[in-house]
Amino acid sequence: MKVIMMGCGRVGAQLAGTLDSEGHKVTVMDIDPFSFRKLPSSFKGTALAGNGLDADALKKAGIEEADVFVAVTQGDNRNVMACQIAKHIYHVPKVVCRIYDPIREEMYRNLGLETVSPTTVVAELLKKKVEAT
Amino acid sequence: MYIVIVGGGEVGYHLSKVLLNDGHEVLILEQDAARCERLQEELGSIVVRGDGCEAATLDKVGTARADMLVAVTDADAHNLVSCQVAKHRFNVPRTIARITDPRNETIFKVLGIDVTVCSTQLILAHIEQELPSHPLIRLLKLKKGTLEVVEVKIPPDSKFIGKRLGEFRLPKDSAVLLLVGKDKGPKIPTPDTVIEAEDEVVALTKAENEEAIRAMLSSK
Repeated sequence: MKVIMMGCGRVGAQLAGTLDSEGHKVTVMDIDPFSFRKLPSSFKGTALAGNGLDADALKKAGIEEADVFVAVTQGDNRNVMACQIAKHIYHVPKVVCRIYDPIREEMYRNLGLETVSPTTVVAELLKKKVEAT
Repeated sequence: MYIVIVGGGEVGYHLSKVLLNDGHEVLILEQDAARCERLQEELGSIVVRGDGCEAATLDKVGTARADMLVAVTDADAHNLVSCQVAKHRFNVPRTIARITDPRNETIFKVLGIDVTVCSTQLILAHIEQELPSHPLIRLLKLKKGTLEVVEVKIPPDSKFIGKRLGEFRLPKDSAVLLLVGKDKGPKIPTPDTVIEAEDEVVALTKAENEEAIRAMLSSK
């Protein structure tokens, strides 16, 4: 699969590394090229300095042929906007969006985005740890 | 009308003054504490500190009864999300977003934002108008349909100089609205009006005819 990722923080870099090692064609975008240092040294995909909200940068990343688009920047709104561009303008078949705010996450899930809210997920995991005896 | 403004920058501030003056009920949401305090000193309790993208904040300020939400922060993504939350969670009938990147206009439209205002585009158009050699300027794009108002300057060597406007065969769905003479100033044209060098022709046309109309008026 051809995967485009927006945001190369801890989560982005780790996911990019994993998908790449499993044989997918991965392009990671980040506005700050310094963040590409987080990618594993074995990463064979493409690291592209650019803004995932910018049509030119998205085209350069190959959005028109992408099978999957994943948005994992720190900003919920940027993730949401980029994912909607990928879905509604470039018709990427699978679009996954990280949204910290659970209320916004629920709304965009209802609007047809595939969403993950780390807030909800981590809170549940922590709760289980707390309750485990 | 009850109007919620997201973003208390220069645009939000001046917009609120205009709307208040027109007798509307206005509420401004501003995230920055210092900015918020300054606005509150002048405008009082209609300024609330908070994130206009957050449903909880929008709920608190009564967005559900708002007739309109106007998002004018300087980040396109924030404005998009504010409008979407207003629309989908609070059923606000009309949402208006400011955008800075003209290329974002399409996605905002596709996602159902009622009106977008692109400050960059407006500034560009004004500056282009001041450039002596610019061939065609888009002055206004009508909201419905594909009609727009454009301005073309007749070059000094155009073959139309000295001819009557009635002799022109404009592209389909086009009309000349106004002629602005270099020295004579604006004039509402009739078919007998004679074109002079460096006249500015203000015309209504369809977006797809823009190039045709430009080529025609500047042909030698």
